[in-house]
Amino acid sequence: MRPVTHNTKVKMVEVPQGYAGEGFFTMKLSEAVGLARSNSIWPLPFATSCCGIEFMATMAAHYDLARFGSERLSFSPRQCDLIMVMGTIAKKMAPVLRQVYLQMAEPRWVMAVGACASSGGIFDSYSVLQGIDQVIPVDVYVPGCPPRPEAIIDGFLKIQQLVKSEDIRRRQGDQYKELLNTYGIQ
Amino acid sequence: MLTNEIVKNKLIEKFGDQVSNFTEPYGMLTFEASNEINLKLLTFLHDDPELEFTFLNDLTAVHYPDHKGKELAVVYLLQNIKASLRIRFKVYASIEKPDVYTATGVFSTANWLEREAYDFFGVNFVGHPNLIRIMNVDEMDYHPLRKEYPAEDQTRIDKDDAMFGR
Repeated sequence: MRPVTHNTKVKMVEVPQGYAGEGFFTMKLSEAVGLARSNSIWPLPFATSCCGIEFMATMAAHYDLARFGSERLSFSPRQCDLIMVMGTIAKKMAPVLRQVYLQMAEPRWVMAVGACASSGGIFDSYSVLQGIDQVIPVDVYVPGCPPRPEAIIDGFLKIQQLVKSEDIRRRQGDQYKELLNTYGIQ
Repeated sequence: MLTNEIVKNKLIEKFGDQVSNFTEPYGMLTFEASNEINLKLLTFLHDDPELEFTFLNDLTAVHYPDHKGKELAVVYLLQNIKASLRIRFKVYASIEKPDVYTATGVFSTANWLEREAYDFFGVNFVGHPNLIRIMNVDEMDYHPLRKEYPAEDQTRIDKDDAMFGR
């Protein structure tokens, strides 16, 4: 017997539904793509205030977002799949956020973390954007002021579910284009 | 040593009844002046060899909706650094014609401070080199710290007014 004690608690992603035979495995392309995408999301942290601090905890060793395939944060929007907006977005910041979103390549997802990004939060004021969904479409909202790292991870898992189940042709569809048109994009 | 009394006497000697309402809340000399002489007053306070108020601590505006004809106050806070003495004075303008002469010629720091007062209160600083908004978005079409505008964002539709004390 080898002296190494194997870690028996490792969890693997389950084998997706498909048809297996001798030396081959067939499945739907969209499912294979979704599986790959959802477990290798590169997030772009757009952190402007206290929710960003919670995100730092989420990324750090204790909560470790890397477990979900997001080892690498990217600070270039062109490389990212998911923009995580964390914190109060002032009206003056809104065009910047929109520009960052436009620079991301499709497919792209958006997560609004915390009350301020979702709805303006306590800053019901002339200077604060009342929710980032006024300038860009949002996929998942995480409530909390600020949300705990568990909540951020929960939101992230919801994003993964969306990515996994998304139809591969959704981004070319009329419905999606119509959605972007309501935001004046394209 | 420069004291409030000396400053007050020099100002009355020079400007007579154009400066008024001298008070000293918390030991700080405070007075009011007509908005026509704000530049003369600033220049005198800055250049006089005895007064030497060479530092503009702050310049801001206040909106008093109940003071008919003098709704907008522009407040100047000046400091004599050598004597460590601070004074404050206010000039008033009506909200229909909120014209006040710019202090940028005397204090360069007044440039941004006056842009801020213009942005939030709509004070028109006559002669300012670049009187545009500094804090708020350029598209904003009102001056948000005037009392007739609620602090809350009026574009918000997802909140029940009754629940949020509006």
